Amino acid sequence: MIRTWAALLALLLAVVAPARAEEIVLGLSSDEVAITATFDGSDILIFGAVKRAAPAPQPAPLQVIITVSGPQEPLTVREAERRLGIWVNSRAVRVDAAPTFYAVATTGPLDRILRDTEDLRHSISIPRAIRAIGNDVGNREDFLDALIRIREQEGSYQILEGGVDFEQETLFRTEIGLPANLTEGDYVTRIFLTRDGRIVDSYEASIYVRKVGLERWLFALAQEQPFLYGLMALAIAIAAGWGASAGFRALRG
Amino acid sequence: MQLYLPIAEVSVNAFLLLGLGGLVGLLSGMFGVGGGFLITPLLFLVGIPPAVAVATSANQIVASSFSALLTHLQRRTVDMWMGTVLLIGGLLGSALGVMVFNLLKALGQVDLLVRLCYVAFLGTVGGLMFWESLRAILRTRSGVAPQRRRHNWVHALPFKTRFRVSGLYISVIPPILVGLFVGLLSAIMGVGGGFILVPAMIYLLGMPTKVVIGTSTFQIIFLTAFTTLLHATTNQTVDVVLAVLLILGGVIGAQVGAQIGTRLKPEHLRIMLAILVLAVCLQLALTLLLQPEEIFSVEPVE
Repeated sequence: MIRTWAALLALLLAVVAPARAEEIVLGLSSDEVAITATFDGSDILIFGAVKRAAPAPQPAPLQVIITVSGPQEPLTVREAERRLGIWVNSRAVRVDAAPTFYAVATTGPLDRILRDTEDLRHSISIPRAIRAIGNDVGNREDFLDALIRIREQEGSYQILEGGVDFEQETLFRTEIGLPANLTEGDYVTRIFLTRDGRIVDSYEASIYVRKVGLERWLFALAQEQPFLYGLMALAIAIAAGWGASAGFRALRG
Repeated sequence: MQLYLPIAEVSVNAFLLLGLGGLVGLLSGMFGVGGGFLITPLLFLVGIPPAVAVATSANQIVASSFSALLTHLQRRTVDMWMGTVLLIGGLLGSALGVMVFNLLKALGQVDLLVRLCYVAFLGTVGGLMFWESLRAILRTRSGVAPQRRRHNWVHALPFKTRFRVSGLYISVIPPILVGLFVGLLSAIMGVGGGFILVPAMIYLLGMPTKVVIGTSTFQIIFLTAFTTLLHATTNQTVDVVLAVLLILGGVIGAQVGAQIGTRLKPEHLRIMLAILVLAVCLQLALTLLLQPEEIFSVEPVE
């Protein structure tokens, strides 16, 4: 009797253990990205380790998925159509929220290391991440597909399959390139450990992207003192126009 | 050298922007057009968001026009009185234009209308100018003296006033109407309106070409300054860093352009402007007619 109980307990532990036994310890190269005047995109290094209570179980290799998501913003996606010989925007769909930036880096092909049900639950892949926000576009899924296609071409949405180095199923690291046209805000970084397509552990951190120095000052002025900012813009224009005229007159003697 | 623009929120090569500014400044100095019809589409191509491109190019036009105006003032080719009369109409028109613009925006399709406006006006103005200046060139070649200043309906209207620099004695109604119309279009199309103003002054009001350019520059400064303030206060879309780069290139270009302008014959200047206007018109017409590579487009909700 006691033996049976012990066997059951052992079995239970074996099932439950992996979920608790493997944990993520995360490091970020920086938790802040400063946009300066000469900002030209930035690579962020995301690295970490898997902490284990027991030796790694063997059945299937451990995989790592890392996502970085920029701030959400509402969008209009329009479709053009030929009418009376010219191309006109015809239908439009409003997308309530889409990340300005989204990157997925993995240790292998996403469809093999992550089950659909898990993707659905955690909204990891690009199409899921966009649909998860509750964007209701009716039967016009092609509008969302177009949004993803356009943003992927711009480099705002990236899928980096095999972009994560994973040493000895313990140490992982990846570099994600943030584009030059970066928006300010919190960039949510999520790390998932999967085994056999199921998520074993996950971790979330934020990278704060913000303008600094002159960029910060100008942006704040434009928002808070728009009239003053407009006058400043005009003053610069007039001064530059006068300066160039005077300069050229001096040059000609 | 890449530079991050704080309002546009994109990183662009600084020398590219300097070059664009210089090119447009050159045209501005040569022809007296602000160059808005050229710089705005060029900024789109570089990847600047449209709202920022329209607002910032207005600011840039203020600088290049001011620089050109100083040169014209020196040569006494500015009709201040005519400029003021045009401006009165212009400010009224631009206030009206902002209202029309917002109405169209509410109806959607504002993009299409702006583009159609461009194609229609650039096409008509460019075509007419091309034809007229071609005839003028042929006339001077054949040695027949050109017939200047015909009397038409413009001279039959009341409220006559003397525009001394232009050598005209006409009613104030046509200049005010011309100003109003240009102001209206400039608010809708986001340009200074020089490319409409210049031919209107030459063909409708009968002003001599040399005075036309200085006077048009004079009125464009005030109109675009007004537009800049309007954009800065309502949409916060004027990017000073972008403007400074465009201006640096622009003011230098404008000076060079004004020098070239004095060395060319007026009808040659006109035919060159006509060709430029027609080229931009053709390019815009093609974007309307050809199937775009991507039929979907994404734009942020304001």
